[in-house]
Amino acid sequence: MCQDCGCNLGGNVRIEGESLLHSHPNHSQDNHSHADHSHDHHSHHADRPHVHPKRTISLETGILAKNDRLAERNRGYFLAKNLTVFNLLSSPGSGKTSLLERTITDLNDRVQVGVIVGDLETDNDAERLRKTGAPAVQILTGTLCHLEADMILDAAQKIDLDRLNLLVIENVGNLVCPAAYDLGETVRIALLSVTEGEDKPLKYPTLFKSVDLAIITKIDLAEAVGFDRAKAIENLQRMAPQAKILEVSARTGAGMQAWYDYLLQLLPTRVSLSLA
Amino acid sequence: MHELSIMEETLNLAIVSAESQSAQRIHHLHLRIGLLSGVVPEALRFAFDVVIKGTIAEGATLGIEEVPILCHCTFCDHSFEPKDHYLYECPSCHQFSHTLLQGRELQLTSMEVS
Repeated sequence: MCQDCGCNLGGNVRIEGESLLHSHPNHSQDNHSHADHSHDHHSHHADRPHVHPKRTISLETGILAKNDRLAERNRGYFLAKNLTVFNLLSSPGSGKTSLLERTITDLNDRVQVGVIVGDLETDNDAERLRKTGAPAVQILTGTLCHLEADMILDAAQKIDLDRLNLLVIENVGNLVCPAAYDLGETVRIALLSVTEGEDKPLKYPTLFKSVDLAIITKIDLAEAVGFDRAKAIENLQRMAPQAKILEVSARTGAGMQAWYDYLLQLLPTRVSLSLA
Repeated sequence: MHELSIMEETLNLAIVSAESQSAQRIHHLHLRIGLLSGVVPEALRFAFDVVIKGTIAEGATLGIEEVPILCHCTFCDHSFEPKDHYLYECPSCHQFSHTLLQGRELQLTSMEVS
């Protein structure tokens, strides 16, 4: 897949500063070179113009089939590791990192969390999360506006997954592109902060329709910014009837218990394979 | 704006397929794009013109078939095409559906080669 999403500034996906080399066919190299050999059928009939007839090839190929396949591989891998995986999606600044910081700290004695953070630049978020004691790997996407399944497996190798029971992927802050890319997560979660307005779910239908849980964040600021809570919930229920809705403030702790209850019931229970 | 990366992936799929069938040129690509795929056809067309340059698809045309949304109401047990693109209210019972039968497609369906 391409690293030039959205603009042509170039750039390169890096995990913890190391370059991630994709199998990224460069189109100029796709051109088949004829320098070292010749095609027989072209050298025949020099006296006649040679025309290849046009023909139609039927394909029915999913354009994101490769990512979907890699996401399923991830899902199987995480299942084998007995890991629950969250894919956290939101606009920039809606409080993903703050929610995680508080969650990791509060559940310190019950849940072993690891985090993969995607950002265009800087490892500030991973650095903040490491202060909680949790292992955190930063993926720097350069100019790419979303994370893809292959990046997740590469980043996950930098963490000792056997010590974890929850892996959280903090996606690039963006409510459009990440919606299309399955990463192999167990549940997909959207954050919507009260400062963004109650009509946000109506503006980003593809994303909100794809999530299992929607969390309204920064509810301690709701009054100050004139957030219409009833309208926001109604919009979410109409746009994303499949999604459970929670309301939290990572700053005051309001609503956090319901979030922890949700999270804890999703953690894998060790299955004994003993036949005895 | 992930249309450029989606179009690059599409072209890669097309080129691999064309070469596997010994085709020298790609003249036309046909895509099926669901209305809820999160992809904007105009942006795909723009990206297409950019990515085909210098490839065996240079000069090719792009056909995009938009796939309408089809929902299933679990309360009434029937399928319906919602009036609104994004709010899937069942015309009979007025419940909001989240069971999508079609509309998320992102497919390369066929191409013309020689």
